Amino acid sequence: MSAHHPPQGARPNPPALYLNDVHVAFDGFKAINGLNLIVEKGELRAIIGPNGAGKTTMMDIITGKTRPDKGEVFLRHDIDLTKKDEAEIANLGIGRKFQKPSVFESHTVYHNLELAQKAPRGPLAAIFARVSPEMEARIEEVLGIIGLSDDRDRMAGNLSHGQKQWLEIGMLLMQEPDLLLVDEPVAGMTDAETEQTAELLKEIAKTRSVVVVEHDMTFVEQLGSKVTVLHEGTVIAEGPLSVVREDPHVIEVYLGR
Amino acid sequence: MAQYRTSRILSDRASLIFVAIVAAMAVIVPILNLAIPQGSPGHVPTYIVTLMGKYLCYAMLAIAVDLIWGFCGILSLGHGAFFALGGYAMGMYLMRQIGTRGVYGNPVLPDFMVFLNYDHLPWYWLGSDSFLFTVFLIMAVPGLLAFVFGWLAFRSRVSGVYFSIITQALTYALLLAFFRNDMGFGGNNGLTDFKDILGFSVQAQGTRATLFFLSAAGVVGAFLLCRWLVGSKFGRVLVGIRDAESRTRFLGYRVEHYKLAVFTLSAVIAGIAGALYVPQVGIINPGEFSPANSIEIVIWVALGGRGTLWGAALGAVLVNFTKTYFTGAAPEYWTYILGAMFVLVTLFLPAGVAGALTGGGHPLRRGLGLFTSMGRRKQPEGGAVDPAEPEAAR
Repeated sequence: MSAHHPPQGARPNPPALYLNDVHVAFDGFKAINGLNLIVEKGELRAIIGPNGAGKTTMMDIITGKTRPDKGEVFLRHDIDLTKKDEAEIANLGIGRKFQKPSVFESHTVYHNLELAQKAPRGPLAAIFARVSPEMEARIEEVLGIIGLSDDRDRMAGNLSHGQKQWLEIGMLLMQEPDLLLVDEPVAGMTDAETEQTAELLKEIAKTRSVVVVEHDMTFVEQLGSKVTVLHEGTVIAEGPLSVVREDPHVIEVYLGR
Repeated sequence: MAQYRTSRILSDRASLIFVAIVAAMAVIVPILNLAIPQGSPGHVPTYIVTLMGKYLCYAMLAIAVDLIWGFCGILSLGHGAFFALGGYAMGMYLMRQIGTRGVYGNPVLPDFMVFLNYDHLPWYWLGSDSFLFTVFLIMAVPGLLAFVFGWLAFRSRVSGVYFSIITQALTYALLLAFFRNDMGFGGNNGLTDFKDILGFSVQAQGTRATLFFLSAAGVVGAFLLCRWLVGSKFGRVLVGIRDAESRTRFLGYRVEHYKLAVFTLSAVIAGIAGALYVPQVGIINPGEFSPANSIEIVIWVALGGRGTLWGAALGAVLVNFTKTYFTGAAPEYWTYILGAMFVLVTLFLPAGVAGALTGGGHPLRRGLGLFTSMGRRKQPEGGAVDPAEPEAAR
């Protein structure tokens, strides 16, 4: 294992996330094959790619669910994520939203946010945990941001699909992460909801780095961010959507279909 | 995904009623037994007191199982093992109290050891004549086993049905081990012929009443402790693990630590229940480790309704009361009756007796809730449009 650090020395601002030549194979199938990715601090980045391009595997690697066979994965410039597990990585400031809305269905909206709120995570701390007025205020604030203030005491299981997606984004915000990984946030959403979600993510990206994996081209357009195209576990194009969609290789593997 | 929710207010009121009933029983039953002379109306015979005391020990065990299964989704099919270990720890103490009154009159060695030609106590029997040390063992042995077993299982992320199967293996392994004579716990016959506890005869009416009182106190204590835990943020994390384990993990919670904590606590409660049980029934033998026993415990909890704690306790009492009745009246049919009860409750009361008592809607509609989410149907206006739902609900 090489212990050298990413070449951030010359850079005034180290990146939020740095992946260098990452490889993962499952039973010989190369899910991630020499992936390089740099996400800057405060950047909003969209990642697109056909099914099986390795988008979810990439998220699994960043969040510690899957260990890469080879390659470097760093948070900021100094934290080697390949040595950490899910809980540690979450506590280091990476929040992850799943493709399928994943909220605590038998808890109220309020308690979903309470559980997500940045606080000591150990069992003993949880037994004696109290919500301070500041924490309460933050929960109310996030309820407002995700538009669920009137639903705070409803069971999350009773929310509409779109509301669940927003609640999950709200839970990510409660973690106060530096980096949010958001997997297909608008799948199954109405057009209006999709638009609102794009606005929400753009707002969040003002203070944090956000990586969005998405299929929906309209949505990616609404985000107006830099786009990375993944194919067979590697980056085949990167840049503004208008440039990327003209790329012959991209058209061939993805957009052309 | 199944959801187990009852109205918060109702379930809190139910908790209150439950505690009040058990606490009242703790006081009234011993009084009716001791203060009212035999033959007078209102007298509760001692054998009934002991029988009820036994049910209460089962109720405590059911609460322990509900804590992990109902709230954290850990289905242990080996909880009888922790109950039995607590029982054996108590049994060892009771054996040592027999002293020279045993058949062989050996002041130190229990009868079975004399019979098996032991010339001294095995090291693990040292200290068993001290009640305080026994109290420590009652909690430490099940707790330590659960801690080590749980640490290995949860760290390797063994969960769901795989976990259930290895808990069955655990209790089966202990069953085989305790059957062996050279294990030093009386083999097949177990530990029995107890004479006294803390100097009081285990047969005496007063001792029986006291053990009943302690069993009731144990149920209330276990209930209040668990209730307090599940009402805290800790409890909400447990439910989070039950419903969406990976979400909990990606929020930064160490799921294995939570599972280990609650599993160990549950084993300790089960051990205490077992220790209260043994002096009342007068025997502990390897049969308590039988895998079928542990499965029956889970049936009590499912019948009573999991995720409420009091429902589990109620289920334990209901099933065992029925069992006492039918094993007397029609012993050959008991297993069929238990099976029928389980099937009927699963079909018509998926939230158990507790769910029915707190008014979970029409039983048939709830029955269909097996296949769809129950919670959604209660508030259909807010629910997601699920194409599969209307067909299933009709």
